[in-house]
Amino acid sequence: MTVSTARRDRRRRARAPLVLAVPALIGLAFLVVPLAGLVVRAPWGTLTDQLLRPEVGQALVLSLVCATTATAICFVLGVPLAWLLARSGLPGRGVLRALVTVPLVLPPVVGGVALLLVLGRRGILGQYLDAWFGISLPFTTAGVVVAEAFVAMPFLVISVEGALRGADPRYEDAAATLGASRWLTFRRVTLPSIAPGLVAGTVLCWARALGEFGATITFAGNFPGETTTMPLAVYLALETDPGAAIVLSLVLLALSIAVLVSLRDRWISTPS
Amino acid sequence: MPRSSRAVALAATAALLAGCGSGETPAAPAGSGPEAVTGDVTVFAAASLTEAFTRIGKDFEAANPGTHVRFNFAGSSALAQQINQGAPADVFASAAPTNMKQVTDTGAVTAAPVVFVRNRLEIATPAGNPAKVTGLPDFARQELKIALCAEQVPCGAASKKVFQTAGVTPAPDTLEQDVKAVLSKVSLGEVDAALVYRTDVRAAGNKVTGLPFPEADSAVNDYPVAPVVKAPNVSGARAFIDWVLSDKGRAVLTDAGFAAP
Repeated sequence: MTVSTARRDRRRRARAPLVLAVPALIGLAFLVVPLAGLVVRAPWGTLTDQLLRPEVGQALVLSLVCATTATAICFVLGVPLAWLLARSGLPGRGVLRALVTVPLVLPPVVGGVALLLVLGRRGILGQYLDAWFGISLPFTTAGVVVAEAFVAMPFLVISVEGALRGADPRYEDAAATLGASRWLTFRRVTLPSIAPGLVAGTVLCWARALGEFGATITFAGNFPGETTTMPLAVYLALETDPGAAIVLSLVLLALSIAVLVSLRDRWISTPS
Repeated sequence: MPRSSRAVALAATAALLAGCGSGETPAAPAGSGPEAVTGDVTVFAAASLTEAFTRIGKDFEAANPGTHVRFNFAGSSALAQQINQGAPADVFASAAPTNMKQVTDTGAVTAAPVVFVRNRLEIATPAGNPAKVTGLPDFARQELKIALCAEQVPCGAASKKVFQTAGVTPAPDTLEQDVKAVLSKVSLGEVDAALVYRTDVRAAGNKVTGLPFPEADSAVNDYPVAPVVKAPNVSGARAFIDWVLSDKGRAVLTDAGFAAP
């Protein structure tokens, strides 16, 4: 009780000065108005017909499956990578960190081309995958997952690394002095202590994967049911049937908001 | 690199010629008549026109000092959509009358479009045709990686027609958004075969092996060009279109592999 009252007091005192409030409101409008535009222009009359079209369901399912799989891969590989960047005494960590964040600033289409050059059928590694195992990633659903993971993983790594660096290492030291192995310490002490950062990073990663377009269309191509995810379907529909594109966008929007809001309330505690 | 330096040389020659010309003929007073062309000319053109129009743009700039031609190359359907949404284009060159109709229907383009070239499809394979593709029937083979244009872009519509003519049901692995995206998948060797325009095969040089096929006769694309109604640079639009239709423009287009209408 007392804690929450104290918090409320502090919030009341932090009334924004005009210099901050005006740009803040403009910024808010800038982000929200285009989304509201989608809602206003949506063909509400034919909404249900549009939603029930088989292509919509197909693209939605594909998007969810691919984004979730990509996020799982990012989690398994990204959390250890974040730990390496935050905690290990590895030399050249600054350079490594910069390299890890490159996909963040790279135009996704360039990422897609890079993936083609490495994992494509004639790619540096891809040619061996194809020759030895008969695996060819481009134009397959697996290719979509690879493209999404490539683009989304930095979001998870950055979040988790930040959380790790913010966490107090003394708890880990204490666990170690009590005889816990390093793996046990990591599982039972480190991970729980960074849970909010972990969840935030995972959600961010998933959201990025769900909205991925450039790398996907470049690396995995576009074929309904196999590689046409929601963003690709939106882009395609825009050229022939803008109404359908708006409906598809609304579905993506609703889905993202639902996930972000539910997770935010339950998991992501924001220090206020 | 040698290609671009050649283009520069060409542009320089054109500039010289243009300079001579204006010295001999009494020039119209500045600011009157369609000759007074300055400023940016924004041209929305089908992806398949990329190489030819880039060259034409350089020639045009050289002949009309003070002008700057800006291009937006993409699938014709995407461009039509952008123009209908009010994109500030001066000229629209589409790879098919269907996509031109998308903008004349809404009134974004009213002047009667002029067909300035024609183009036909060709089978494109990676250099040397490693998968031994011989004709359209190979496009039905499941084991081959096939790229086609999506149906809403002109090359996709034309592809659909040739497959109907040939009685072949293709098994594509990807449907790309414009013909250049298809071409890049071929030149990277990611697909075994694709349908692109013969001009694209020529533009790709030795990275792509082209294979003409008889059914292409059934789907020869007419390319119309027209000024946009709300063009920010009306005289520039007119002058650019005139240039495209002139002998100099035609020479560049023919050189790129386009056929006269």
